[in-house]
Amino acid sequence: MTQTFVDIVQRNSLVAGFAVIGAIVWVSYLISNRLTNGRIHGSAIAIFIGLVLAWIGGVLTGGERGLADVPVFAGVALLGGAMLRDFAVIATAYGVDLAEMRKAGFSGTVSLLVGVVGSFVVGAAIAWVFGYRDAVSLTTLGAGANTFIVGPITGAAIGASSDLIALSIAAGLTKSILVMTATPFAARAIGLDNPQTAMVFGGLMGTTSGVAGGLAATDPKLVPYGAMTATFYTGLGCLLCPSVLFLGLRALVE
Amino acid sequence: MVIYGVALLSFCTIVGLYIGDLLGIAIGVQANVGGVGFGMLLVILGSNWLTRREGITPATAQGIAFWNAIYIPIVVAVAAQQNVAGALSGGAVAILAGVLAVVACAALVPAIDRLSRKRPAADAHAARVELVR
Repeated sequence: MTQTFVDIVQRNSLVAGFAVIGAIVWVSYLISNRLTNGRIHGSAIAIFIGLVLAWIGGVLTGGERGLADVPVFAGVALLGGAMLRDFAVIATAYGVDLAEMRKAGFSGTVSLLVGVVGSFVVGAAIAWVFGYRDAVSLTTLGAGANTFIVGPITGAAIGASSDLIALSIAAGLTKSILVMTATPFAARAIGLDNPQTAMVFGGLMGTTSGVAGGLAATDPKLVPYGAMTATFYTGLGCLLCPSVLFLGLRALVE
Repeated sequence: MVIYGVALLSFCTIVGLYIGDLLGIAIGVQANVGGVGFGMLLVILGSNWLTRREGITPATAQGIAFWNAIYIPIVVAVAAQQNVAGALSGGAVAILAGVLAVVACAALVPAIDRLSRKRPAADAHAARVELVR
């Protein structure tokens, strides 16, 4: 009987995924209202629970896709995969104020450049502190501090070893997870309460999942503005890291 | 019709991602450059155009509003499939690099934000000058 149930769930994975995520959101809003008096936003708690479940799933299965590696929860992979994520992010653009976007155009562009170069420098500096001295290792870790996509693409382009690439992915993931969870708490300190600042924030942080999650937990109205700039970040990182930044770093250390 | 709204979204998504991929190929990077951003621009332009032309019926808007609203649950699903265990087992260098990159960039938000703030102030000043004249 249990087997039949598991079969049904697995054959209808996406539909089951809606139920799983619905349950997580329900529990989260319950916690938000009862335990924190609504002070911590329900969606922030839901994202945090999602990350904890992802951690449990990863530890249980040894896989790389968190909860989605547990066969019964495979639908979560489809629901939270790139296809529906991009589709839903694009849907948030409906009702966006084009004038607000235009106003932040200049600082949004600057934030992208500063975000990519700044994260790269920080990542490479940490690698230096930990004893890495060759340009390939420093660049790969610097790129990992961009996003978990820029790291492996850069590493592969400049011939980094696979354990270095794994480290760079871990750095990017740490960034994405931290942005998701910490944004609501840092929002007031950095003035993140309007569309223009959200665009600067998206450009500086760059991790689309992190920015989208962090802003959703702060103020869902800001999501499209942050996502707008963040979506250019990974491309810019993949352009700059293996080229200008790698050559510059190599000239510096070798 | 609800499907018109959903179809508009899917058209904008596909075309936007296509532009992003083409841009990536054009500048020689193995990544989608701003695909989602172009998709969002298409939604903004497309919905404005439709509104001006024949108006977006409530049903059509519902097709967009559903996906707009289901966005946060999807983000929860995105969170639930992150490789959290992998990130935590990456070691101190990976965690420190990630954390400090976030802290450094967050600290820069107010400074860069001010770059565009100056201009509205200048505009206001110009408007006042106009008024005085």
